[in-house]
Amino acid sequence: MDFNKGLKDGIPVALGYFSVSIAFGLMAIENECSALEAVLISVTNLTSAGQFAGVTVLAAMGTYVEMAMTQLVINSRYSLMAISLSQKVDGKFRGIWKWLLGFAITDEIFAVAIGHDGSISKEYFSGLISLPILGWSAGTLFGAVLGNIMPEIITTSLGIALYGMFIAVVVPKARENRHVLITVILAIIISTVIRYVPVFSGISAGFAIIISAVIASVAGAVFFPVKEAE
Amino acid sequence: MDMLTFLPYLLVMAGVTYLIRALPFVLVNKKIENRFLNSFLYYIPYTVLAAMTFPAILYGTNHMISAIAGLAVAVFIAYKGKGLLIVAVGACSAVFVAELVLMVVR
Repeated sequence: MDFNKGLKDGIPVALGYFSVSIAFGLMAIENECSALEAVLISVTNLTSAGQFAGVTVLAAMGTYVEMAMTQLVINSRYSLMAISLSQKVDGKFRGIWKWLLGFAITDEIFAVAIGHDGSISKEYFSGLISLPILGWSAGTLFGAVLGNIMPEIITTSLGIALYGMFIAVVVPKARENRHVLITVILAIIISTVIRYVPVFSGISAGFAIIISAVIASVAGAVFFPVKEAE
Repeated sequence: MDMLTFLPYLLVMAGVTYLIRALPFVLVNKKIENRFLNSFLYYIPYTVLAAMTFPAILYGTNHMISAIAGLAVAVFIAYKGKGLLIVAVGACSAVFVAELVLMVVR
């Protein structure tokens, strides 16, 4: 039952992933990867920004250290998500299951899991990640093989689906809880400042997210500490 | 690309990304009791998602106008309390329509 619920909740994520990974497949081919290599990257990494950056390093034949550092910087937000998620999983979701399923913690899967009522079982999480993994890999293959014959208006429209899902998680919570609203606005202000103020132009997109989220959440924890029940 | 050149890069890329996710997930096993940490972790999902969305969403389509249309429609539908799929479909449709209009106008 829990698995099926997870499968269903994963459908919008899978659709969004399919469309975004088409763009990745296209980009990988343009950077001298074969379709097989593009799909291998998607199956083993399951992350958008990290893969795009990784293929850039690959195409430039950068060093392995450079590759590792790029992934570390762009993807370290997943560590925050993993810790946050570890507080929401039930007692049976531990040990080997965490090692096995932890690889699929992505922005969108995290967003859905956090929005899920109650604790998260390994069955629910397994269901939740199944279709998105399939969608991400299939979209990559599709993009690598056929991407350049798709009308651009379709790919650009689908590309916003992922942001739509983030908004669907944040807005209802911010509406019901004023403290969440204030910390969210603070995070947006910081990320906007980092983006547009020239002094901060050296900060990568991945780091900008971490800095914004950490400062805003610390402020939230200081000014609006939550009670045990929340 | 030559497979033998490719595979070590793939290994580094996938390995680092995997450890970033799995290590903290596995290592944090207990419920965190510290009130400050709990509060911090309570806000993290929403601040991470918000910082990821804005201002990046403005550059997610071909024209900023269609992105703003998608953003506005998504916020409106989400405010009405609709689920993930409906919000996502609404945002995509808004972008599609806006891009169509822009194509016709220009």
